[in-house]
Amino acid sequence: MKTSDDLFNHRVTKELDNTFMRGAVSSAQERFQTRRLLQAAELGHWEEWRSHGEEIRKHVLANLDFYLYQLSENVAQRGGHVYFAQTAKEATNYIKGIAKKKNAKKIVKSKSMVTEEINLNTVLEELSCEVIETDLGEYILQVDDHEPPSHIVVPALHKNKEQIRDVFKEKQGYDKTEKPEELALYVREKLRNEYLTADIGITGCNFAIAESGSITLVTNEGNADLVTALPKTQITVMGMERIVPTFEEMEVLVSLLTRSAVGQKLTSYITTLTGIKEEGDTDGPEEFHLVIVDNGRSDILGGEFQPILQCIRCAACVNACPVYRHVGGHTYGSIYSGPVGVVLSPLLGGYDDYKELPYASTLCGACTDACPVKIPLHQLIHRHRQVIVENEGRAPVSEKLLMKAFGLGASSPTLYKMAAKMASPTMSPFTKDNKISNGPGPLKAWTETRDFPAPNKDNFRNWLKQRSKGGEQ
Amino acid sequence: MKVTLFATCLVDMFQGDVGKAVVEVLERLGCDIDFPENQICCGQPAYNSGYVKESKNAMKKMISAFEQAEYVVSPSGSCVYMFKEYPDVFQGDPIWEQKAQALADKTYEFTEFIVNVLKIEDVGAHLEGTATYHTSCHMTRLLGVKEAPLKLLRQVKGLQYVELPGKDRCCGFGGTFSVKMGNISGEMVTEKVHDVEQTGADILIGADAGCLINIGGRINRQGKPIKVMHIAEVLNCQ
Repeated sequence: MKTSDDLFNHRVTKELDNTFMRGAVSSAQERFQTRRLLQAAELGHWEEWRSHGEEIRKHVLANLDFYLYQLSENVAQRGGHVYFAQTAKEATNYIKGIAKKKNAKKIVKSKSMVTEEINLNTVLEELSCEVIETDLGEYILQVDDHEPPSHIVVPALHKNKEQIRDVFKEKQGYDKTEKPEELALYVREKLRNEYLTADIGITGCNFAIAESGSITLVTNEGNADLVTALPKTQITVMGMERIVPTFEEMEVLVSLLTRSAVGQKLTSYITTLTGIKEEGDTDGPEEFHLVIVDNGRSDILGGEFQPILQCIRCAACVNACPVYRHVGGHTYGSIYSGPVGVVLSPLLGGYDDYKELPYASTLCGACTDACPVKIPLHQLIHRHRQVIVENEGRAPVSEKLLMKAFGLGASSPTLYKMAAKMASPTMSPFTKDNKISNGPGPLKAWTETRDFPAPNKDNFRNWLKQRSKGGEQ
Repeated sequence: MKVTLFATCLVDMFQGDVGKAVVEVLERLGCDIDFPENQICCGQPAYNSGYVKESKNAMKKMISAFEQAEYVVSPSGSCVYMFKEYPDVFQGDPIWEQKAQALADKTYEFTEFIVNVLKIEDVGAHLEGTATYHTSCHMTRLLGVKEAPLKLLRQVKGLQYVELPGKDRCCGFGGTFSVKMGNISGEMVTEKVHDVEQTGADILIGADAGCLINIGGRINRQGKPIKVMHIAEVLNCQ
């Protein structure tokens, strides 16, 4: 899940300098946001749809044990194997076991955030197994020396077509142009052979359907369909919360997903798959394994951060975030970036690696507004801050002292009035033309780019008091 | 009508003119203003940074300061929204939750008060110029006051309104974010100023001191010829 060993501040500085990335991200944000809003308006009753989506997700989470049980029974009934993995290691060990048993040399994969979370590719590659990402964005990143994804839906968003052309040119001898059609055709031809010669297909799972033991795959490229169509051994990896009771709820959530993620009514391929090839079936795998991953989710369940488990991984929040807009996904240091990443990464990965993330937000609420299943993201982000300060005791000492002083000053009118009186003379060494251009202490970060107003020489309340005394205006 | 003014610490310390404009406008609309001296700060700076304990005393002070008020009006959507959160902050407290709820129920943002309580949209203001308006995040998304400011601006004689591209996008203030993550904040406010410039407006109007100090600060640093005004100051122009 972790994508960088670099310090958060270094990552911010580096990414803010990346003009390519920032241009790509802001145009993508505009596109996705505009289309999302258009689709929502066209569908109509969007708020009711959101409430319905929220209801479905809340209901499932409240009854997760039941639906997981129902799912596993139905998968088994249709000839599949179900493995409940409590940790990332248990999941990768299980999958490693299958690869070894099948003597697999080549594995094709469709995009799955949870497989990146558990570091699956690295584990399989240690077995001298070639793992090929078939989602175009993930493929590009894989070829580019395993660069981590910067967005949960469009992982190579930070790259423009010239950079993509250069990746293929340097790593694979690609000799055509940066025209998207040519790049796409090149990758299609390359990947087609990989599908045909792979020993195992691994997918993620947008929604598992409990009533039938099915998995649902939502793509525009159809790569998940090819991954599941050919190799005789199939493995699907899912986060344990990615489940719906029946096809009806799947329909509601997919309708919310495609509109919220990429502003489409439908994606090109929405496929549900159930079990193995049985008597009379024309196709299907010989062997199917469903790996259900916990990796910290059951700790979130039942706690105050439970709403984040409602997430359907649409990235509408990422596309709405004004901070993500400028720093891009790699700044977050996690495969989960943007608002969902800010909430989820510390929960799954701990505060050590992710303690800055909850502060990389203005709590503007755009994420909460955009979320199709009404997760109160900005409130959860705020909650992390409270946990960091109070439970974790991780706040910087200088800040703790400042806040204690604030607590005192803001509860004592006498202290406040003193501070207000002192403000203007205290700041006068820094004041010129009634503004502060080079502030001390915390103000310095402000005054790097902005002027700060000098404190009123006579504060407002004095004016008001004198006025009501019948004094000067 | 008796109106109790919640000036906000930012207005009190840095934007006194906004406070004066609020008083003058409300008085002109027939209100009697009173100002409890014990008010200091809604507690956002500490609360939003996760220092809930430290902010609670400040909040209790505010609840007590406004206990006698009938209508509490403030020129800041974010501070009003903070009051609306007080009941959650004191949830379960046998004394303070109820008091917090009482305060939340009677507090109004300035434009919301004029339009929805006083039921006035034309305050008789006159200001020549082209203006654009930045919708502050807390006031718009969280407090839900979207229409009132625009309804009032539409009635200002002589004022040409141009919509701000990306008007809903955060200006990068976010309270302590603006200093904790000053570099990111700087980039966000730079984009906001660029958007304001694109409108060709000579006035930027807003309804939240935090946003205006932030955007105004960047405009000043870049030397752009754009005047920054709080909506109260606009409505006070005659």
